[in-house]
Amino acid sequence: MSATVFHPLARLLHWLMAVLILAMLFIGVSMVADLSPRHPWLVELHKATGLALLVLVILRIVLRLSLAHPPLPRDLPPLQRLAAGASHLLLYGLMLAMPLLGWAMLSAGGYPRPLQLPAIAPHDLQLYAVLRQAHGWAGYLLFATVLVHLGAALVHGLVRRDGVLRSMWPGPLRRGE
Amino acid sequence: MTTPLHGPAKALRLAAIAATLAALGAGFAYAAGWIGAPRLTPQRIIDTFEAQAGHHPGYRKNHAKGLCVSGYFQASGQATSLSSARVFSQQKVPVIGRFAIGGANPFAPDTAIPVRSLALQLTSDDGQVWRTGMNNPPVLAVSTVEGFYEQVLAGAPDPATGKPDPARLQAFFAAHPESAAFRQWAASYKPSDSFASTAYNSINAFRLIDANGQAHPVRWALEPQAAYAALPAQVDDKQFLQHDLQQRLAQGPLRWTLRLTLADPGDPVDDPARPWPAERRSLDAGTLVVEQVDGPEQGACRDLNFDPLILPHGIEPSADPILAARSAAYSVSFNRRSHESLTEGARP
Repeated sequence: MSATVFHPLARLLHWLMAVLILAMLFIGVSMVADLSPRHPWLVELHKATGLALLVLVILRIVLRLSLAHPPLPRDLPPLQRLAAGASHLLLYGLMLAMPLLGWAMLSAGGYPRPLQLPAIAPHDLQLYAVLRQAHGWAGYLLFATVLVHLGAALVHGLVRRDGVLRSMWPGPLRRGE
Repeated sequence: MTTPLHGPAKALRLAAIAATLAALGAGFAYAAGWIGAPRLTPQRIIDTFEAQAGHHPGYRKNHAKGLCVSGYFQASGQATSLSSARVFSQQKVPVIGRFAIGGANPFAPDTAIPVRSLALQLTSDDGQVWRTGMNNPPVLAVSTVEGFYEQVLAGAPDPATGKPDPARLQAFFAAHPESAAFRQWAASYKPSDSFASTAYNSINAFRLIDANGQAHPVRWALEPQAAYAALPAQVDDKQFLQHDLQQRLAQGPLRWTLRLTLADPGDPVDDPARPWPAERRSLDAGTLVVEQVDGPEQGACRDLNFDPLILPHGIEPSADPILAARSAAYSVSFNRRSHESLTEGARP
């Protein structure tokens, strides 16, 4: 029999990263328009959290590929099934791309990296411009995808009531529900 | 598992979900500054520079006219008890630098602008990087970012004369008594005939952190070893200072002493407008040796953001609010000129 809920470790990672990613999106979008003494503090926090998220997303991808995960409800229309698959692929792609773009962008801009990490891109102003733009737009796309993901999860949990939200529920699960 | 909802119950829940998403979206827009009361942002400051001096693609948005140099820093060893930063003990630290004049116009005559600056990047052998941007005045006219913005607006060129309106400047200074030390400097300032005989000041205070983690509030200055000579009253060459620097460096390297001045308890360490008493302890941390000039906006300095908050272990920022604002605004300038370089092929 296949699993009906995600592995506890997968659920822990999901919610930990959900909190961190939402915080990162808000920090990122506010720090660039901020010139108060919060600015440098937010930038440092953004870099440190970005690095933590890079480690977490790699772990998450490994877990996703190795642990059993519950299938989607059998009665889900094919179009929604496709949307679910595509949006998850996009989420994973963006979760991986965001910290890498941040790291590459610091490298291309000639900026020091946290923990003196090596450069992963050559110091080049035009490349920096591309990566900086990409980091920003990927951030907006990630925020939009997170909203869609959250909306879909709530529809599954509150309207369809099909067990999909329950399968990723952060708290203890009652049996036979 | 329960059955799916239908009818009004479903509509109500869907509306609640939509409201949740809308609220999150609105929160994001507020955090970004897209909605809500207009704020003073680094973008607005850079916009104002560009509105006043014109759009000059590819150039820095302030201190736009400058030239790249390289050399090294030779530590004296005297600062090692105050800061654990490797630059203060290493024999020879490679340096990339940039001399510039103030203002956002890259085509201004060198001698038309009283403000001169020197920005440096020191890279020590432990991989740590120290960037610092220094100006010739020892203090700013203002203590806050809002004050700085008012100063920029007050200094806007009058369309009729192309020069700032003296009445507006006077009104600004009257409204900002903290500018007293700056005005005193400006009144007594006698420009030298060279970047080489100019002193450059950190203006903002920092904290040196020693090996025991103890902090020592500090300001630094580069004092020229080249002799002072007054700038001639009449200068025709628009690149006077650049040509002079090129000529001098063709003869041999130029030197400055890095002087660290330590605050006493109670000194204003977070206020860039207020100087410290002249008798404060200071020490010679080493010598900056500039060996080579790369050319106007050409060379290694061009693609660097001299963000004053890029500091090595052993040096930390003070709580001076201008320091944070400089970091934010430099970043906007760097992003814009890199973007212009990409989309317009603008390379000064």
